[in-house]
Amino acid sequence: MNPSVEALRGEFAGGIGRAEESCGATIVYVEADRLVDVMRWLRDTPEQEYDYLVDLTAVDYRDPERSLEVVYQLRSLKRGDELRVKVALAKDTTLEVGSVYDLWRAADWMEREVFDMFGVSFPGHPDLRRILMWETYQEGFPLRKDFPLRGRFSRAEQVRQALHANPEAHYSLEELRIEQVYRDLPSDMRDRLERGERDQIPALPSDQEAADE
Amino acid sequence: MSSRVVELDLATSGVDVQGRPVRVPLGVQGGEDPGLSSEHMLINIGPQHPATHGVLRLVVELDGEVVVRCIPHVGYLHSGFEKLGEYRHYNQIVPLTDRTDYLSPMSNNVCLAMAAEDLMGIEITERCTVLRVIACEMSRIISHIVWLGTTCIDIGAFTPFLWTFQQRERIYNLQEAWTGARLTTSLTRVGGMLADIPEGFEDGLRDFCRTFPGVLDEVDKLLTRNAIWCGRTQGLGVMTADEAVNFGLSGPMLRASGVAYDLRKDRPYLDYETYDFDVPVGEHGDVYDRYLVRVEEMRQSVRILEQALDRLTDGPLNVDDPRVILPPKRAAMTDMESMIFHFKQVMEGVPAPAGETYFAIENGKGELGYYFVSDGTAKPVRWRIRPPSFINLAALPRMAEGQMLSDLIAINASVDIVMGEVDR
Repeated sequence: MNPSVEALRGEFAGGIGRAEESCGATIVYVEADRLVDVMRWLRDTPEQEYDYLVDLTAVDYRDPERSLEVVYQLRSLKRGDELRVKVALAKDTTLEVGSVYDLWRAADWMEREVFDMFGVSFPGHPDLRRILMWETYQEGFPLRKDFPLRGRFSRAEQVRQALHANPEAHYSLEELRIEQVYRDLPSDMRDRLERGERDQIPALPSDQEAADE
Repeated sequence: MSSRVVELDLATSGVDVQGRPVRVPLGVQGGEDPGLSSEHMLINIGPQHPATHGVLRLVVELDGEVVVRCIPHVGYLHSGFEKLGEYRHYNQIVPLTDRTDYLSPMSNNVCLAMAAEDLMGIEITERCTVLRVIACEMSRIISHIVWLGTTCIDIGAFTPFLWTFQQRERIYNLQEAWTGARLTTSLTRVGGMLADIPEGFEDGLRDFCRTFPGVLDEVDKLLTRNAIWCGRTQGLGVMTADEAVNFGLSGPMLRASGVAYDLRKDRPYLDYETYDFDVPVGEHGDVYDRYLVRVEEMRQSVRILEQALDRLTDGPLNVDDPRVILPPKRAAMTDMESMIFHFKQVMEGVPAPAGETYFAIENGKGELGYYFVSDGTAKPVRWRIRPPSFINLAALPRMAEGQMLSDLIAINASVDIVMGEVDR
C-alpha cells in the first residue's frame, strides 16, 4: 500500500474514503468536495510531489446502482510512485467535481472528454464543452452504460435525420442576404442591373439572318 | 525595412470603389487605412489540409501574420473504440488497437496484450518477451521515420521524405512477412503472439539494422547543420521543463524539454532494464530539439534491435496454459479436451479476475497507456486508452500563440500527432 494514503488520512481525515490495491497499484477514494484540496496537497507537499497527471478518465459500471467514478492517475516523476485517486459520484446526484485545470493544464482536454463522454461537469474549467462529439450533439453521453452501442436511434432514423437536417440552422446567413449586397453596389452598377443591357448588345449576324428568314 | 522604394514601381491593375481602373502598388501601404491593419483575421486550417496530418481543424486568429489565438477542433475521426472494447473479449480488442495509432500498430498490440496479462497475472515466455521488444522498436522506428519525412515536407524539404519512406517500406515488408498485414498487424494475443517470426526474418532485420543508420547519417548531413532547417525550427514552440510536465507531455516532446523520463528506463517492462541504450534529452524544448531527440532515438532503437536479435533463443512462444492460448488446430479437431478448451475460449472468452490495471509503454508518440477495469467477466467494463498524441496536441495553442503563421505548421508537425489516436 502506498504510504501516501496514510499521510492523506492524517491530513484530511473525513475527506478520504476507503483505499484498496489492485494489480500492485494503490487506489484511494476521495470525497468530491475535497478533491481539489487533496490534489493540490498531493502535488505541492514535499514528501508527496505527485507532479504529473498521467490520466484522467471515468468509469461507469455495469451495475446500474453503482456510482460513476472519476479516476485520476497520478505519478511523481522524481520518486517514481504512482497513486490512483478516485471520486465516486452517485447517479441520482448532480455529477459534479471540481476542476484540476489550475493544478495541471493537462486536465484541460481530458476533463472535456469526460464531460463529453460521461456528462460529468467540472466547475472551474474555463472552457468546458464537447470535444470528440460535435457541439450540437443531442443524444446524450456515449460511454455511459445506458447508452446503446449503436446509438440512441436506429440506422434508418439516423439516415432520415441526416437527410432532413437543415445546415442553415447552424449558420447565420443574415450578413449574406442578397438585398444587402445589392444595396452596397455602386450606383451605376445598380442601374445597369436594373435596366438590363440586353438591348444595347448588338445581335450576332447569325441571329440577324435567322430573323430575316 | 529598407528605405529603397523600388517596390512602389511594381503595381498591379485594380479597380477603385467607383469601379474605375487604377494601378495598385504592391507592398504594404502604411497609414492610409488604419482600420484594416488593426483588424484581426480569423482563418480556418483543415480539417482537409496536408499540413494537419489528418483531419485536424485549427481555427487561427491572426494579427497580421502573428498567431493571436489557436483553437484546435478534433473529433472528425471519432470511432468509439473505447465503447466497442466493452463489448469484446480481450483478444478481440487487439484489432481495434491497430487502428488507433496506425503508424505504429505493433507496439499498440503489445501494450494491449501486456495490460490484459497484468490483469490476469500471466507471465509470458522468454522468447515472446524478446519478440515483443523487437516489435516495439520496429514500431518506434517507423513512427519516427514517418514523422521525419512528413515534417520535412511541411517545412519545405522534399528529398528526406523519399529516403525515409523507402526505409519504412523495408520495415513494412518485414511486418508483412511476420503478420501477413502491412498496417493492421494484430500481432499479439493474451499470453503470446499471433505467430513466430518466419524464416529469413532475422537476416532481413539484421540487414536493416546494418544499413539503416547510413540513411540517418545522410538525413543528418542534409538537415542538422542546414541554415534553412535551423532557421525554420530553432527557438520555435518552446516548452520549458516545468511546463512540459504540467501539460502532461510525454515521449520525445517531454524529453526535448530536458526532462529525462523514459518509461523503458523508469518503469521498465519487457526486461528493458537489461538492454544497453541511451535516452536522448534536449535542452531547449523547441522544434529543433524534438527533431534531434527523435533521430537519436532511432539510432538507439537500432542498438536495441541488434541486442534483441542476439538474445533470440529457441523456446516456447506462448504460455503453456490452455485456458488462455488456443490449442493447435489439429488437436482441436481430434482431441476431446482440446476441443472443449477451443470452444470455451472462442465462445466465452478468457475471464479476467475483478480488478483494474493501468499499463503504460513508451510508444513512439509518447506514453501509451491502457486502463482496464474488469468485473470478473471475459469483457472489460471499461477500456481507456491514454492517448499520447491527444494530450501532446492539447499543448499546441500554448506553443503556437505569439508565433508566425508559417511557424504554426512547423510546431504542429513537431507534436507528432496521428488523428486515429487523437480521436479514437
